[in-house]
Amino acid sequence: MDLIVCIKRVPQTAEAEVKIDGSGKDIVKDRLTFDMNEADSYALEEAILLKEKSGGNITAVSLGSAEAEDTLRIALAKGADSAIRIKLEDFGELDGFKTAALIREAIKDIKFDAILTGCMSTDDSYYQVGPTLAEMLGIPHATLVSKIEVADQKAHVHRELEGGLIEHLEMSLPAVFAVQTGINEPRYASLIAIRRAAGKEIKVIGKEEISSEAKLNSTLEELFIPPVGERAEILTGTPDEVSKRTAEIIKEKGLI
Amino acid sequence: MDFGLTNDQKMLQDQVRKFADAELAPVAAEIDKSGEFPWANLKKMAQLGLLGVVVPEKYGGSGFDFVSLAIAIEEISRACATTGVIVAVNNSLTTFPILQFSSEEQKSKYLPLLCSGKKIGAFGLTEPDAGSDVVSLESTARLEGDHYVLNGTKRFSTNAGEAGIFIVFAYTNKEMKHKGISAFVVERDTPGFSLGNHEDLMGIRATANCELIFEDAKIPKENLIGKEGDGFKICMSTLDVSRIDIGAQAVGIAQSALDESVKYSKERKAFGQPICNFEMIQSMLAEMATQIQAARLLVYYAGYCKDTGMTRFSRESAMSKYYASDIAVDVTRKAVQIHGGYGYSKDYIVERLYRDAKILELYEGTSEIQKIVIARELIR
Repeated sequence: MDLIVCIKRVPQTAEAEVKIDGSGKDIVKDRLTFDMNEADSYALEEAILLKEKSGGNITAVSLGSAEAEDTLRIALAKGADSAIRIKLEDFGELDGFKTAALIREAIKDIKFDAILTGCMSTDDSYYQVGPTLAEMLGIPHATLVSKIEVADQKAHVHRELEGGLIEHLEMSLPAVFAVQTGINEPRYASLIAIRRAAGKEIKVIGKEEISSEAKLNSTLEELFIPPVGERAEILTGTPDEVSKRTAEIIKEKGLI
Repeated sequence: MDFGLTNDQKMLQDQVRKFADAELAPVAAEIDKSGEFPWANLKKMAQLGLLGVVVPEKYGGSGFDFVSLAIAIEEISRACATTGVIVAVNNSLTTFPILQFSSEEQKSKYLPLLCSGKKIGAFGLTEPDAGSDVVSLESTARLEGDHYVLNGTKRFSTNAGEAGIFIVFAYTNKEMKHKGISAFVVERDTPGFSLGNHEDLMGIRATANCELIFEDAKIPKENLIGKEGDGFKICMSTLDVSRIDIGAQAVGIAQSALDESVKYSKERKAFGQPICNFEMIQSMLAEMATQIQAARLLVYYAGYCKDTGMTRFSRESAMSKYYASDIAVDVTRKAVQIHGGYGYSKDYIVERLYRDAKILELYEGTSEIQKIVIARELIR
């Protein structure tokens, strides 16, 4: 089973203090650490598990700057067989649609049975690349995927819905699976695998190789931290005072 | 000049850091409390290849260099200092002398066991009346036919209570002084070899630190490492390498103390503002960060000296161990100070770090011994 995994290198903002930069369209990144997008690491692990069951090759693809090669190398150490970086620096502003278009071009000569992506990236949270890529390729897709089993060229896929529901789909292949976090337990690369991956070549492609004009279909106008809402009440005082007032509000609203 | 890590070192750092954060840090307080040897940690680390970092693949190791080993020990120790020293002892005090000085048969026999975690290694040098003064060892080994008869007692042996393979030093010829010391590989089930008292330590509490007792223990002749009389040289070469890892352990402990202090000082409020706004706190944080960075560079440089084939790097190794240990004790003290009364409570990580740090100035050569090594290199 030949698989493609889409991987994004993203800033780690969960515990960081995020500030808007001078352009008003991006955040200040110079003090942030970067890592593989969380959902993508689950997609990669799922691809490795599928490969371990039924063989085949895994190609990891990332649209990113040169530093994304560090992230791709981790993917190689964990179990990907080859890696492609699409030069972010060649393509200017991005949205989910343009990203999907560039990935489609980058993988056009690669034979595959399935493409796995994370269901979302933690920086942009568009949830678009997987489904858009599938539409562009004219193949089926499933989002929020929490289980994948493949037999007889069919995939049995679970999707995690609100309210604790699971949707079970049978899908023909090739297909795109946008994987939900928690689907598996991503492994750590062993030291031997790291050493072997360190010297592997990463194919880098840019505007010379991707000739088609991938266009944005949405433009980022502004990024801002929302002002404190008028209805929000900021509680101040000692911990005792704050907790007393919190309890009162909960009672007033009839929540308990 | 290049201060950057290589691709494989960066990846190793990334993966070991994530592993340590997710798997080791959450159990570190419990390990400290229970004192139970962390076999579960070691099994996981064996799978990643962390028990034989510098051992070639053909013996079951990972084939990395000594800078990489230091990076790994630093990251492990940042999460759990106990686990850090257990791994350091297995890597540098046990596998290294076998790798460097043993016969091919011994390497093939023992290294795969140590790298896979089927057996953990320990080092038997210190005795009740001989620590820094190695020449005062009282243990003896007498050749009788196809085996040596080993007698003596060793103290403060990290991992010993759970170890399967021991590197033990004893006199084969007392009159020759340091040239009469020999080194042996000793297996746990050797007749005449037993474990004595378990040490109840202030920090690194789950390291199965134990006394070794040899009463006419029968060691097969082929378990002599190198030749008779090579023991002192083997011991010193091994300590040159292992001290880098203790330096790395110190950097890891200190880094953890700084990380905790930065976090706490931003959260904790006094006089109406976070305490990180106060210049006396900032002064401590700045000193801690600078001390750690200097120590880290000394440690990596000592590893670099070993990796680039420098034949004598005793000075660099001693400097890294001495300085990193010194600042780890100071940095953890400052971390407790920044935490105030909470820093003295077991509810906060820095309490453990403060206790864990002190041993760094004592084992694998006290700070005083490191200074003697450095000074002798200056005036020789």
